[in-house]
Amino acid sequence: MKRKNGEQGSAAVAFTLAAFLVIFTLITVYLFLAKIWWFPPAISEFGTQIDAQFHRTLIITGIVFVLAQVGLALAIFRSRDRGQRASFFEGNSTMEFIWTLATVIMFVGLGLYGEHAWAEAHFQGAAPGALQLEVTGQQFAWNFRYAGPDGKFGGTKPELVSASSGNPLGLDPRDPTSKDDIVSPVAYVPVGQEVELIIRTQDVTHSFYVRELRLKQDAVPGMTIHMHFNATVPGEYELACAELCGLGHYRMRSFVNVVSQEEYDKWLRDQEAALQQQ
Amino acid sequence: MVTHESGGHHHPPTGFIRKYIFSLDHKVIGLQYYFLALFSVFVGMALSLLMRIHLVWPSAKMPFTPGGQMTPEQYLALMTMHGSIMVFMVLTTAPQSGFGNYALPIQIGAEDMAFPVLNMLSFWTTFLSLVVLVSAFFVTGGAPISGWTAYPPLSALGQIAGPGQGTGQTLWIVGVAIFCIGSLLGALNFITTTVDLRTKGMTLGRMPLTVWAWLITAILGLLAFGVLLAACLLLLLDRVAGTSFFIPGGLVVTDTPIVSHTGGSPLLWQHLFWFFGHPEVYIAILPGMGVASHVLSTFARKPVFGYKAMVGALGAIGFLGFCVWGHHMFISGMSPYSAFAFSLLTMTIGVPSAIKTFNWLGTLWGGRIQFTTAMMFGLGFVSLFVTGGLSGLFLAQPSIDLYLHDTYFVVAHFHLIMGVAAIFGIFAATYFWFPKMFGRMLNETIGKIHFWFTFVGVYSIFMPMHFLGIAGHPRRYADTTGVNFLGPLHSVHYFITIAAMVTITAQLIFLFNFFYSLKKGEKAAENPWNATTLEWTIPSPPPFDNFAGRIPVVYRGPYEFSVPGATDDYVPQHLAPERVGKAH
Amino acid sequence: MPGTIIDDVQIIDAGRGGGTDVPAGGDDDGEGAGGSNGIPQRAYFTVIQLGLAGIVMFFMALTSSFLVRKGLGNDWVSFNFPRILCLNTLILLGSSFTIQVARRHLHRRENAAFRRWWSITTALGALFLAGQLMAWRQLAAQGVFLVTNPSSSFFYVLTGAHGLHLLGGILALLYVSRRNWRRARISQVTATDVASIYWHCMDGLWIFLFALLYLGR
Repeated sequence: MKRKNGEQGSAAVAFTLAAFLVIFTLITVYLFLAKIWWFPPAISEFGTQIDAQFHRTLIITGIVFVLAQVGLALAIFRSRDRGQRASFFEGNSTMEFIWTLATVIMFVGLGLYGEHAWAEAHFQGAAPGALQLEVTGQQFAWNFRYAGPDGKFGGTKPELVSASSGNPLGLDPRDPTSKDDIVSPVAYVPVGQEVELIIRTQDVTHSFYVRELRLKQDAVPGMTIHMHFNATVPGEYELACAELCGLGHYRMRSFVNVVSQEEYDKWLRDQEAALQQQ
Repeated sequence: MVTHESGGHHHPPTGFIRKYIFSLDHKVIGLQYYFLALFSVFVGMALSLLMRIHLVWPSAKMPFTPGGQMTPEQYLALMTMHGSIMVFMVLTTAPQSGFGNYALPIQIGAEDMAFPVLNMLSFWTTFLSLVVLVSAFFVTGGAPISGWTAYPPLSALGQIAGPGQGTGQTLWIVGVAIFCIGSLLGALNFITTTVDLRTKGMTLGRMPLTVWAWLITAILGLLAFGVLLAACLLLLLDRVAGTSFFIPGGLVVTDTPIVSHTGGSPLLWQHLFWFFGHPEVYIAILPGMGVASHVLSTFARKPVFGYKAMVGALGAIGFLGFCVWGHHMFISGMSPYSAFAFSLLTMTIGVPSAIKTFNWLGTLWGGRIQFTTAMMFGLGFVSLFVTGGLSGLFLAQPSIDLYLHDTYFVVAHFHLIMGVAAIFGIFAATYFWFPKMFGRMLNETIGKIHFWFTFVGVYSIFMPMHFLGIAGHPRRYADTTGVNFLGPLHSVHYFITIAAMVTITAQLIFLFNFFYSLKKGEKAAENPWNATTLEWTIPSPPPFDNFAGRIPVVYRGPYEFSVPGATDDYVPQHLAPERVGKAH
Repeated sequence: MPGTIIDDVQIIDAGRGGGTDVPAGGDDDGEGAGGSNGIPQRAYFTVIQLGLAGIVMFFMALTSSFLVRKGLGNDWVSFNFPRILCLNTLILLGSSFTIQVARRHLHRRENAAFRRWWSITTALGALFLAGQLMAWRQLAAQGVFLVTNPSSSFFYVLTGAHGLHLLGGILALLYVSRRNWRRARISQVTATDVASIYWHCMDGLWIFLFALLYLGR
């Protein structure tokens, strides 16, 4: 044997490595428990469900994480070279079976449990009577559109798009339903009101992302994608783009203002009035 | 040792060009790939260092920027090239084409790969793709800004979509397409060699786990790269020929209507790309898993725990890897019902990964661990794989991915798995096989210093990114001042950047050790680690035909360590039973 | 052992490698005429099957793109399928027949006949490619180009990709007819058989693409 046992099997190395793993595990667990940098509070029932599923996943992965890292540390420390002969075992079918089964149950079970929230977001449409809110992304801004008193979104034409002349969506002036459409760079929605969000884009793929709503959906060219939400806590919530769209991706942001019904009605009236004066 | 004579007699190559440039020797080719990867990883790290510095000190003067300050498009170009170079030129080359080329033929008792000329061609094709890729930096408009994922329409519309999206993007596509061809050629060689060139006694069940990993990885590459090649072809045509595979109609870019395209689907690219892209990430990690198993067993002086299960897990991961691509697309506008299916399949792929982790622990438990640098990187691999893999459980669920998609949580996940665990696999392999390759030992003390800086460093860099993601920080942001809610996160960015600066600088320790030891390292014996596989039966470095005409015969499995009743704590694979010493 | 092509007609053993009592790899299995480092001839069969698997994945990606793109919207416009494609298909089918004839002659050591039928196959292959170019010309004459419509885009892409792969096949045929077997690691029989496998698969691929393009036009 060419190796010098004392050098290679040094207890110092084993201890340091094991200790680092344990300390690292403790720091990680602490940071996840302390929630120093964490989700902003959810402002919808749906968001609460997402958070619950996240916590469930966190607990399970946390336990596995601690067991695995500490197990590794233990194995390293216990089995360091102390001059002993290593045990010769090539496997253990029973253990193999047990931990495979446990993993399948945990992982697949977790996955199935979380499907409920996804189903609610995507398998069903907006509740009837939802406020129709269209949002269109472009390099590098968001524009919201309300259908106005006639309840219909007017037609748009690509060749009419001109942000510089105040028609970022390319509303067709010859279409009577587009006359009362309200276009706004920020959104106002009433609290507790189901909103149907209609997501579009003019140029490349963007992504509509409001943290507090726990809502993210890509805006895909050539597609009109419907989502829905119901915000229960008033406030001003930042909208950020979450799909790389070019050099201005980092500053493509807007706001969703959740306000009382009265404030919303007032805002809407102000917008309609401004439209009349144009 | 019983051998049989090789069928033919061949002569060593002569002349500098034949020996080192257009070599047909799998060992030289393997090293060519390795050095290509070594060069690329330092380029990739430099790019990320510039990115990290810019994020924290946006007004810092940067090299190569006219006017001094980095622009958002420059940041995005750095990011795109960082990802592309690291994924393709480092993670898809070194673990597979680098170490695999070097060690696979020897480990199975072959004198070379099945098709040496094809092998040489695949390296030079890969080299060409690197040249084309990097040339994107030097054309008008610079490198592309669409990320290594190159989603259309951003990547398809040309210059109008942004700086770097002209010639730069075209060169990127061509470079990647050439890379596909090089990889396909390499995969052909790996599989044929493993299937047909094993020496007498080397049954599938006696192959080292490294060989199994290289085989399965090659199968993944064979089936996946053709799809990327097709996707690149269609994207190229959309750009230069005016077709509309991926570009829908009615687009308006900066008030300019795009009239020359209609009817295409951006989602089609995503499906094609990720059908390739997901197996690709398994291509990046599987060889590292093989190396980890091999190194852990060797230095714990114990057989691999559950060899059959390990092989099965490699196969399951490889197979399932083709079934989960949709988990990159939960938010893409794809059918939510298919998201459900992809999610369950993705959670399932965690099972074979968990099996491997348990078995690594089982390999260590009750062992007699020698803490060589190779072993430490192998142990680090296990820790990092666990951490990185577990964050995948969050992302695999679409309801949670709704929030975490395209945030720094994803960046943390894939960096820990690819950018760190896979890299640790490369380091473990380097420290393990360096003596064989170069006939000298790497310095163990310097190696351990390198290990500690790197291990502590990478966790310091990437663990905080999970919290950035949980706080909602989107990825691919060139600047953190455009969105209010990123303000409180600046301190975390600062910490990450400092950690990155230290860790990247510490890699110079490795470089120093590597090149110093090449010349001045302690001379290496034939089997410095008392290992069992066939590469340790030949001189360090090996002769050009590996076994000098005397091919070994294999009598047992690859991990016969601490066999009860044997005098030594290892029994090499090639030792005839009557030659194995018995303890009295 | 060096010799002329007449020596080397042993039917290839397609057994799997390694691990049994039969020695595998790097030894007497690889007797090509005069070959130096003899790998077992079955390795060439392995690699062609693998190569075809890779090629199939490439065309499957294009095929699924075709189906997705067609199903997407309403901008898929039919065009007149060039008639010459039917003739081309027959030519290619014919070449599969002639290549089989050539192989049989080689296995029976009838070298002159082998050469003749091999050349006919090569010529038919070249004729097919010329016919494909004619088809492109006919389309262009109708005003149907690569960018005219997604249906025509796929037509050009699929026929072009197939044509390139078939050109590779023709190069393989030429290799077989020109190689000095004394200096090759691969035996003549193996090379002939492997090239034939590739050729038949390119034929089969064409039938598939023809059906796809015709039914989906």
